[in-house]
Amino acid sequence: MPLVSLRDVRKTFPSATRGAPPVTAVDGVDLDIEAGEVFGIVGYSGAGKSTLMRLVNGLEPVTSGSITVGGTELNGLPERELRRLRIGIGMIFQQFNLFTSKTVRGNVSYPLRVAGTPRTEIDRRVDELLGFVGLADKAGSHPEQLSGGQKQRVGIARALATSPRLLLADEATSALDPETTHEVLGLLKRVNEELGVTMIVITHEMDVVQTLADKVAVMDGGRVVEQGDVFDVFSAPQQPSSRRFVSTVVRGVPSADEQAVLRARHPGRLVTLSFHDAGSTQAEVFSALSRAGLGFELVFGGVNDIRGRVFGHLTLALTGPDAVVEQALGTLPDGVTVTRLPNGDVRG
Amino acid sequence: MDELIPLLPKLATATYETLYIVALSLVFGGVGGLVLGLGLYTTRPGSLYPNRPVSAVLNILVNVFRPIPFIIFLAAAQPLARLVVGVGIGNSAIIFTLSLAAAFGISRIVEQNLMTVQPGVIEAARSVGASRLRIIGTVVLPEALGPLILGYTFVLVALTDMSAVAGLVGGGGLGTFAIQYGYRQFEPVVTWAAVIVIIVFVQAVQALGNWLARKAFRR
Ligand SMILES: Nc1ncnc2c1ncn2[C@@H]1O[C@H](COP(=O)(O)OP(=O)(O)OP(=O)(O)O)[C@@H](O)[C@H]1O
Ligand SMILES: [Mg+2]
Repeated sequence: MPLVSLRDVRKTFPSATRGAPPVTAVDGVDLDIEAGEVFGIVGYSGAGKSTLMRLVNGLEPVTSGSITVGGTELNGLPERELRRLRIGIGMIFQQFNLFTSKTVRGNVSYPLRVAGTPRTEIDRRVDELLGFVGLADKAGSHPEQLSGGQKQRVGIARALATSPRLLLADEATSALDPETTHEVLGLLKRVNEELGVTMIVITHEMDVVQTLADKVAVMDGGRVVEQGDVFDVFSAPQQPSSRRFVSTVVRGVPSADEQAVLRARHPGRLVTLSFHDAGSTQAEVFSALSRAGLGFELVFGGVNDIRGRVFGHLTLALTGPDAVVEQALGTLPDGVTVTRLPNGDVRG
Repeated sequence: MDELIPLLPKLATATYETLYIVALSLVFGGVGGLVLGLGLYTTRPGSLYPNRPVSAVLNILVNVFRPIPFIIFLAAAQPLARLVVGVGIGNSAIIFTLSLAAAFGISRIVEQNLMTVQPGVIEAARSVGASRLRIIGTVVLPEALGPLILGYTFVLVALTDMSAVAGLVGGGGLGTFAIQYGYRQFEPVVTWAAVIVIIVFVQAVQALGNWLARKAFRR
């Protein structure tokens, strides 16, 4: 049975302006999140990602539909029971949301106090947690004395204090620089792998999905438009709106504007070769083009590694007689998809 | 100067009375204002206990009573003072009325200071399963402690100001002293002596408030 299960979940907010129709933030979402996995949620701003996450720990009640966490139905659960459920669900935030009036120790011990853990046990547990996140020497510091990365590590320690089975992370690295992001992602990976904590991770950063997530859902306008294995969704998105989103984080087939720039700079036929999960084909493609006597130049694209599986989209400018180009493209190995970019002056 | 010397014991008594009136009014008005301010804050839309009707009633109550000039409020509330503390005159009456007036003023200061607390930290507390009452006590109030201390310091100074009209209902204190022995007797030096005591008191209060707030802010 999945740890978290959503069925036809809807959430509407009354509109801010009187008389206007209510805002539908989540619009009929079905999701299953298995214990132990890291589930990514991506999508444009306003897609309803944060709202969806806040439904999972009952910070907002659903308007309709069913959410179960560990077999407990949240819809209609009284506040008391919801609070008890939340003790078993950690949450971390983009802006860290540490209590500025408390020390690091005070922050990390807070959930334990709420849970009614005995005092001596609290001290032991806080030391253990601070050791885990590498801040053993910062117990007495106040949040404003810490760097962004350290703050988020305190946030993670606080979220893990009660040993939750599920951790919710809403843009947890979006306020951090790339190096610190890397550090925090490494920590979150340990949380999943060493502690076995299931995670739901909202992000707009490819890095996060790439290093952490097993599965991913793309949200648009309150709906999940596509979900599946991270590799499948990012290497070959099926829906137009997920394709559009993926193209913002993965360099795929160049857009019309990008094509215009490329054409102005490079003579020859522009083709995009899409590679899918096959290490050797790139070398085969390049030797095939060489054998045909074509000139080629790599002008756009990139290669992505998602947990050891590789995909990429490389746009080449090929120079040589048209017939030879066509013939060479026809003999490319399987596993390479060819997209011929329009040659004409589409945009004048 | 000579005319002041024989009045010094009276000045000491008046100073003590002012401290007594102001301190008690701060306690009663401060607690009342805190409760009322928490009511205003928590019933706002999107807050911990959003409640439109209660919020509207509290706001009307505060908006009606807060702007009344204290000297008029003192006279108008006299029957109420007689009802609650048994007498309509003297220090008890002035403490009662001052506390009541202060509670309305303080409630807005409390509300405004609590609104500076980041919604994110309240969300964080909710996410670990804390109850709303617990959040008020362990997150909202501690997070706003610095500005609250400054707010209450401001109130203490304002109470000193307001307490000066105590003489109107037969109360004592420095205001009464200055009017009775300085102004009425054409002895400006006596009035100035009362002014100096008030200045010293206000400076001391403000310095203490700033120091405490700095500790709360840790800056
Ligand atoms: N408390 C609320 N009251 C009213 N409308 C809300 C509320 N919370 C969210 N919304 C609306 O719901 C929609 C989805 O918002 P949400 O914050 O879930 O998006 P998001 O995908 O997390 O976006 P972002 O990437 O910018 O964080 C938006 O239109 C937003 O204005
Ligand atoms: Mg969001």
